[in-house]
Amino acid sequence: MSTFADKTFTPPELIRNFCIIAHIDHGKSTLADRMLQITGVVDPRLMRAQYLDRMDIERERGITIKAQNVRLPWQIAEKPHVLHMIDTPGHVDFTYEVSRALEACEGAVLLVDAAQGIEAQTLANLYLALENDLAVIPVLNKIDLPAADPDKYAKEIAHIVGCDPDEVLRVSAKTGFGVKELLDEVVLKVPPPVGDADAPARAMIFDSVYDTYRGVVTYIRVVDGKITPRERIKMMSTGAVHEILEVGIISPEPKASVGLGVGEVGYLITGVKDVRQSKVGDTVTSERKGATEPLAGYREPRPMVYSGLYPVDGSDYPELREALDKLQLNDAALTYEPETSAALGFGFRCGFLGLLHLEITRDRLEREFGLDLISTAPNVVYRVVMEDGAVHTVTNPSDWPDGKMADIFEPVTKCTIIAPSDYIGAIMELCQSKRGQLGGMDYLSEDRVELRYTMPLGEIIFDFFDNLKSRTRGYASLDYEESGEQSSELVKVDILLQGEAVDAFSAICHKDSAYGYGTRMASKLRELIPRQQFEIPIQAAIGSRVIARENIRAIRKDVLAKCYGGDITRKRKLLEKQKVGKKRMKMVGRVEVPQEAFVAALSTDDDKKKK
Amino acid sequence: MPSALPAGDPAPADGSLPPSALAGLGSRPFGVYVHVPFCATRCGYCDFNTYTAGELGTSASPQSWLEGLRAELDLAARVLGTPPRADTVFVGGGTPSLLGADGLADVLAAVRSSFGLSPGAEVTTESNPESTSAEFFAGIRDAGYTRVSLGMQSAARHVLRVLDRKHTPGRPVDAAREARAAGFEHVNLDLIYGTPGETADDLKASLDAVYSAGVDHVSAYALIVEEGTALSRKIDRGVLPMPDDDVLADKYEQIDAAMTAQGMPWYEVSNWATDDAARCAHNLLYWRGHDWWGAGPGAHSHVGGLRWWNAKHPARYADVLAKGESPAAGRELLTADDRRVERVLLELRLRDGLPLDVLDPDGQAEAKLAADDGLLEPDALAGGRCVLTDRGRLLADAVVHRLT
Ligand SMILES: Nc1nc2c(ncn2[C@@H]2O[C@H](COP(=O)(O)OP(=O)(O)OP(=O)(O)O)[C@@H](O)[C@H]2O)c(=O)[nH]1
Ligand SMILES: C[S@@+](CC[C@H](N)C(=O)[O-])C[C@H]1O[C@@H](n2cnc3c(N)ncnc32)[C@H](O)[C@@H]1O
Ligand code: SF4
Ligand SMILES: [Mg+2]
Repeated sequence: MSTFADKTFTPPELIRNFCIIAHIDHGKSTLADRMLQITGVVDPRLMRAQYLDRMDIERERGITIKAQNVRLPWQIAEKPHVLHMIDTPGHVDFTYEVSRALEACEGAVLLVDAAQGIEAQTLANLYLALENDLAVIPVLNKIDLPAADPDKYAKEIAHIVGCDPDEVLRVSAKTGFGVKELLDEVVLKVPPPVGDADAPARAMIFDSVYDTYRGVVTYIRVVDGKITPRERIKMMSTGAVHEILEVGIISPEPKASVGLGVGEVGYLITGVKDVRQSKVGDTVTSERKGATEPLAGYREPRPMVYSGLYPVDGSDYPELREALDKLQLNDAALTYEPETSAALGFGFRCGFLGLLHLEITRDRLEREFGLDLISTAPNVVYRVVMEDGAVHTVTNPSDWPDGKMADIFEPVTKCTIIAPSDYIGAIMELCQSKRGQLGGMDYLSEDRVELRYTMPLGEIIFDFFDNLKSRTRGYASLDYEESGEQSSELVKVDILLQGEAVDAFSAICHKDSAYGYGTRMASKLRELIPRQQFEIPIQAAIGSRVIARENIRAIRKDVLAKCYGGDITRKRKLLEKQKVGKKRMKMVGRVEVPQEAFVAALSTDDDKKKK
Repeated sequence: MPSALPAGDPAPADGSLPPSALAGLGSRPFGVYVHVPFCATRCGYCDFNTYTAGELGTSASPQSWLEGLRAELDLAARVLGTPPRADTVFVGGGTPSLLGADGLADVLAAVRSSFGLSPGAEVTTESNPESTSAEFFAGIRDAGYTRVSLGMQSAARHVLRVLDRKHTPGRPVDAAREARAAGFEHVNLDLIYGTPGETADDLKASLDAVYSAGVDHVSAYALIVEEGTALSRKIDRGVLPMPDDDVLADKYEQIDAAMTAQGMPWYEVSNWATDDAARCAHNLLYWRGHDWWGAGPGAHSHVGGLRWWNAKHPARYADVLAKGESPAAGRELLTADDRRVERVLLELRLRDGLPLDVLDPDGQAEAKLAADDGLLEPDALAGGRCVLTDRGRLLADAVVHRLT
């Protein structure tokens, strides 16, 4: 639908750039829906819930993974304004998307579910907005819910934002109640962008996306000067020059425009085919009379968790490589390097932002590229300093060095847990068992607390979140961020089948939990590996010291002895089915190991109970 | 609940067979199977295609079944061109003995009129011990039956109770003796082993009873917990324990030792017989991939590489035939690969074994390894045959996997 906002080069004083930030599921994308409708940019017939969640995987899981920007028209006192709104993801794995969005804005709508109150990512995202000096508009959402308690949570918010409870707006993204007032408030509270229209062009790349039909689409926010089509631009980090094929705005579909001026947000297309040539955080300037000083860039997202991805069918390895290449075009945070495992064959050691990122990537590889994959238990990055001074960075437990070690370092996080105060005891007990150190505790209201811990990342990615949820009946929320490393007494636990170590089962853990890991893995494998024609001893060992053992007895009978008469077809089909089952097994020496065994280290005992 | 039919291709309504299947018909042994889909009650472990009078109501009866059967045998004779004479006939169930001696005589007469019998043909009927008597055996002997197979299952009262069997522990042996007295040389007893609660002593009592009956053939089947049966529900609920594979292995060894000692060595993984003449020729025809026509609801047939199967429900079976159409519900034409796999699957279970050259080169190499692992007889292998060792018999499925 066309509106007055389709015309660009809007005077900066009439522009407002803001994003919506919140804890996961507090209703950001639904609020964005109402804004699209109220401003009339979406044809009512094409409207659908969470309109901006465009990826299949986002729609299926009902979560936002990628931030999305939209240009909206908004009249206040008959004066036409242009709003650039960015809907952001709420999940902790995608915090870097939020921090990029914040760089393109002067204000943030901090949305809080009026039935839940402040949660861990509410705080994390608020602090990010404050670090960026953004104007924060606190808003309670879902006030239509019977369980909503806006008075209580308005106080919580006022307390952390430092405002009066009456200043907290109340909306329902579901019914649209209060959304007009919110848009007015955005115009009033968020400062307009400032920049020098006459200075050489400088635009910040805050996103870069590969599109099969259009090549790389680069999202920019113009700071100084202007960007127009048919000119040549320069990427300031590399000096690479590109012809612009199209400049435009998103409203909410891409629309070509005559250019973008100070404070405006939009996209440009240059014909490059690789997002790495149009890097997020880079500054775009014009080729001729360009700027000399780039804008301050972003910190690149760094993988926090590693896992080996292997095709079940070894011959799919080239397809897996191609699929990873393609996914990486749109996912700068995904890293991968070839590796080989004696047990699993050829695969890749992949780096992810967190467990959800891992899960989603694996899911997309399987569904969008038709691959059948095994992923090994996730681990973090370790730094091992040897007595001879050599330093090893270990992203795969099977690369754990032999020899005398002087010191071992593991990444630690600062984490924030918000939960009803009834659960303080349970949470403290859990955190202590995961080597957490309490940093502080604050009451958000009389019955809800915020606990701050320093905790090894390796413990968090193991089964911490599941445990936290089950101990707090789902009421606790968790946020964490990297916070350096610490020296720890870590060991590598190997799992041996018939005396041979299976590299894919090795894990690094703290010496105090090695025995637990070893016994748990050995008994899990005893359950998961079917009996075979020979006995299979299972051992867990640290170096040559065996810390746990189990035994799978040899099978004595497998023959189907029943009278099936002339129904030979049934017998043959049964055999064929068993054969397919066997194909999905991996051979470790002579032992057939089902794939489930390789993910067993992932699953917690709680998972088992659920089944 | 009867188990499901396989998924296959549709079968033509006129029952016609492709020329490839008909080629060579009559040059191979030919058999006729007749399925009797009636039982007085359903045993909790059984998923065979059989129905009680209560389940059928007025939708089908032994009368409508017999009419259908006659129509199907006529159709068979028609589509086979020159129908071969039957070398074997097997009337199975369900409970054929529920038809009575006269009913079974009618069945055999129908087979005779469509196919005729080869000289010395083997004609078997399955019977449940409780629905037999000396007169019954005399009657079917008179009608031309040469072999009787009795569902004994166990000699232990509590085992029979778990299996929902209605006969008394002593009845099968008495029935076998009555059959022999009526002139049957060939009598088989079926045993089920591994029933929850069955002890080694219970099994020994069953084996002693078999010995005292003086039969020339025994089939012993490990209790299989079939999906959808009452037994399977009881196990799911924890009312009964799942039979343990190690216990089943012990019991198989116990049976094999006793049978061998009784002068009945094995000739198929689940079958023991006194001598060649006592072996069940009809079952051998299945295992050797020969031709047979299976008539009756849910019956399976095989002719020259074509397998097909009939509609399962007796009402549907009778309806289709009343319309003059074939009761076949689906079929499959076996590929060369299917046939090779089937040969391995079936012939490996025979004491006579499988010719080594049936296997592809990988399979032949695996056979050597399987012999090293003690699963195949090394001497037989040297002579070009794959024959299971005692241990190999219990692991036959794994050996089949390795060889195919
Ligand atoms: N009753 C009610 N439900 C709402 C409201 N706003 C959102 N929801 C529901 O809350 C759930 C989450 O909404 P989303 O808009 O996807 O939340 P989000 O914050 O974008 O979630 P992420 O992007 O994954 O962080 C959906 O089921 C919405 O229908 C509201 O005002 N009232
Ligand atoms: C085709 S049945 C029918 C014969 C007859 N009605 C009877 O039950 O004796 C033949 C044999 O299959 C065996 N059988 C049936 N169901 C079985 C099961 N679930 N597990 C093992 N053997 C089974 C029994 O030994 C039975 O005697
Ligand atoms: S009598 Fe035989 S066929 Fe009938 S239900 Fe029992 S086992 Fe099955
Ligand atoms: Mg969302």
